[in-house]
Parts: sequence; C-alpha cells; structure tokens
Amino acid sequence: MAKHEVTMTINGQSVTAEVDSRLLLVHFIRENLELTGTHIGCDTSNCGACTILLNGQSIKSCTYLTVRADGADITTIEGLAPEGTNHPLQQAFHDQHGLHCGFCTPGMILRSVDLLKNNPNPTEKEIRWGISGNLCRCTGYNNIVKSVQQAAKEMAKEKETSV
Amino acid sequence: MIPANFNYHKATSLKEAIALSTELGEEAKYMSGGHSLLPMMKLRFATPEHIIDISKIDGLSYIKEEGDLLKIGALTTQTEMEHNDLLKSDYPIFGDAIWLTADPSVRNVGTIGGNIAHGDAANDQPALMLAMRATIVAEGAGGQKIIPIDDFFHGFYMTALEAGDILTEIQVPKAKKNSGGAYHKVERKVGDYATAGVAVHLELDDDGVCQEIGIGLTNVSAVPMRLERGEAALRGQKITDELIAQVGQMASEDCEPESDLRGSEAYKRSIVNTITKRMLNKALERARQ
Repeated sequence: MAKHEVTMTINGQSVTAEVDSRLLLVHFIRENLELTGTHIGCDTSNCGACTILLNGQSIKSCTYLTVRADGADITTIEGLAPEGTNHPLQQAFHDQHGLHCGFCTPGMILRSVDLLKNNPNPTEKEIRWGISGNLCRCTGYNNIVKSVQQAAKEMAKEKETSV
Repeated sequence: MIPANFNYHKATSLKEAIALSTELGEEAKYMSGGHSLLPMMKLRFATPEHIIDISKIDGLSYIKEEGDLLKIGALTTQTEMEHNDLLKSDYPIFGDAIWLTADPSVRNVGTIGGNIAHGDAANDQPALMLAMRATIVAEGAGGQKIIPIDDFFHGFYMTALEAGDILTEIQVPKAKKNSGGAYHKVERKVGDYATAGVAVHLELDDDGVCQEIGIGLTNVSAVPMRLERGEAALRGQKITDELIAQVGQMASEDCEPESDLRGSEAYKRSIVNTITKRMLNKALERARQ
C-alpha cells in the first residue's frame, strides 16, 4: 500500500509526514505529533472527545482520514491560545467549573469555538443543541452551558474594545 | 478502530474521478464527507480496496434557484445548507431535517449528496427528496443521467447509481407562493437515526385546494418510502382535520417498520401516525403564510 505525503499546519506550525491511507487524523495528532490533548472516547463519531478545528470548523478527528487533511489548517486544544495564556473559553470553563474529570473538555471547548463563531450570542437552547455532539458524563452540562455563556460575553467585550 | 488497508486516490475533477473508478473497478468506492462510509470501514462492514476522494472537486458546492428549480450541488455540506439564507426563508423543511441530523461537527463534513447516494432509509434527506419530488443528477462514464427520485432507491444501500456514477446535483421544484413543507423525526437521543420520521411537502391553489402533495417516511421500511395512499387521499381536496386524521392512520398502516432497539413495531406505527398528522398541519400552516 502506497504512502502519501501530507503537509498541514497544526497550531501554526507546518508539518509534513508520510502516512498510510487508513491513518485516522486523531491517531496522527496523538501518536505521530504527540499532541495528546485531543482525546479518543467512543471512536464512532458520537462523543466528540476527538473534536478539533479543521480550517476553523469543528470536526471529529476519529472519523477523518489524515490524507484528506493535506493542506488543511488545524487547531487542537494545545494551540488555541498562546503558551501561558487562556482562550476566553478555557478561562470560562475554569471559572465556571465547566469540567469534572476533564476528558470531554478539549472537544467541548473546540466545538464551542465554532459555535460562537457562527452565533456569537447564543441562547441556552442553542448552546445545548450546539454541543449536542459532545458528551460529558460528569457535569450534567449545566456548568458547561454557563461556561459558554461567560465566554460569549467576554468575547463580545473583546470584540468591542478591539474595534 | 482502524479501517482495513486500502489505497487512497484524490480526484480533482469529475472526469478524473470517473476515469479512476473505471480503471479501478468494483472494489473502488467514492468518498465525499465520509461520515457514513468511514464509520462502516472502521467497523469493517465495508472493506473497499480503493477510496476515491471526491470532496476536493471544485464546483459541486452551491445552492441556487434557476428557472423552476432549486439546485443543490452534491458536495454542499449540511452546515452550509443550515446557514443558507435562501433555504432558511423559502425551504424551511431543510432546516427542520438538518437540525435533527447527527450533530454540528458531523454536519460540518457530511454532504447532501452523500446522505442520499448512501441509499440508507434511516438517513433523513431521502424522505425530503420523496416529499419534494426531487430529481437526481448524476455523471458517469456514459455521460449525464437524470433520475426521478421514485426510480432512485432500489434497496438496502442500493440505488440507481451504477458503478462509476457520481451524484452531482439535487433538483427540487422551486418554492411557490402557496407551498410549504415540514419534517420531523422522533429520535431516542440527540443525533440518533430516526425511530421514525415524516416529510411532507404540499401546494395549495388560491381556494386552498391541495394541488401537489408528497409524503416521505424515514426508517420505517427497507427502502425510503412514499406514502402513496395518503397522497392520493389529499390531492385535489381541501385539507380538513378529518382528512389529516385519515392520512395519519394510513401512514401507520402502510409503513413497514420492524421492532428493534429503537422501539416495537406497534410503537413505530403509532408515532408515524402522530408525526404524519403534525407535519401535515405544519406544512399547511407554512403554505398559508
């Protein structure tokens, strides 16, 4: 089976590798690049633990072939904010106690980035539907919803001050 | 879970994809979004020797009205459809269905063409296509094919698409002043396949008489199903509560559900009755707006 050369940008850095056709993107990220903040939960595109941003859109990296990401711009939880700082969503999950065990958190946060990009001021219902592809077995979701609400407010403020 | 070994080929044009498929033969499968095919490959239900990636082909992602038709390019993602202003204002039936299809991250990748070409009666779009009397446009080694939706679904994962054919466009009649459609499915949990679903599209004349009616059912038969008896009962009639109740009953009688994890046969027949009535009312309400 032929290998394929792929080049993509991950968290701002260009990466080139030779990969098998069947290598899943989540395995490439975790095992080849050792970025283990992206988790594997159900491995069936249900739970969202493997969510990353591909060209700014949330996708489930367990159900995406690495070869198809050739040329893509990828963000994982490690690259969401500069080293030593928190993205407003990371800060909000911390402030609002939006996690217990933390396994779902990277996926929740990256999914929420995409949600707030398309809908900067979501209702509670829109948040709940917006994260419906990300499962949390600890929190009961209430604090996750509060976290996304806090981040939405913070990001709106940042936008105002930056204009 | 890792798929069995296969060879990946990226096609950058329809011509290249069809040529690759012709060359590689039966063991090659096209992949667009891959959110039906790749899970099957990971479970080893599908073990194609070759994957031809058609997702990078230019010019197959669009939503536009032309003449009497709404045309949607096969590579349009469900997310693109969800946020499209034309569909939101004039074709709310798509929003009904997409809101209930999988979840936002899956919809970012999954395409309308893939959803239909997969030939799965559990997918949501086939019922909409039946209700709106869509036409499927495909491109193959022998040129373009125009396939009426009633000739498209042949069986479990089987469609009118032949080896090498690529579904390129969906066409549905353009929305008219007095037309309306609606879709709903009952699901066990958010993003699940339908326990049962019903799509309704209808057109009224100025006197409120039903001129066109389409009713499609999701996941209550091996092949996406048209409720012909219900359509015949409504066509040419003023739609009354009594007629709606009768058609709901017909839907529960004519559908062919099987008992499974999502519910018993009797339960499914019962909810098909209820959803059919609700969607007829919702479509009527939208047609009268």
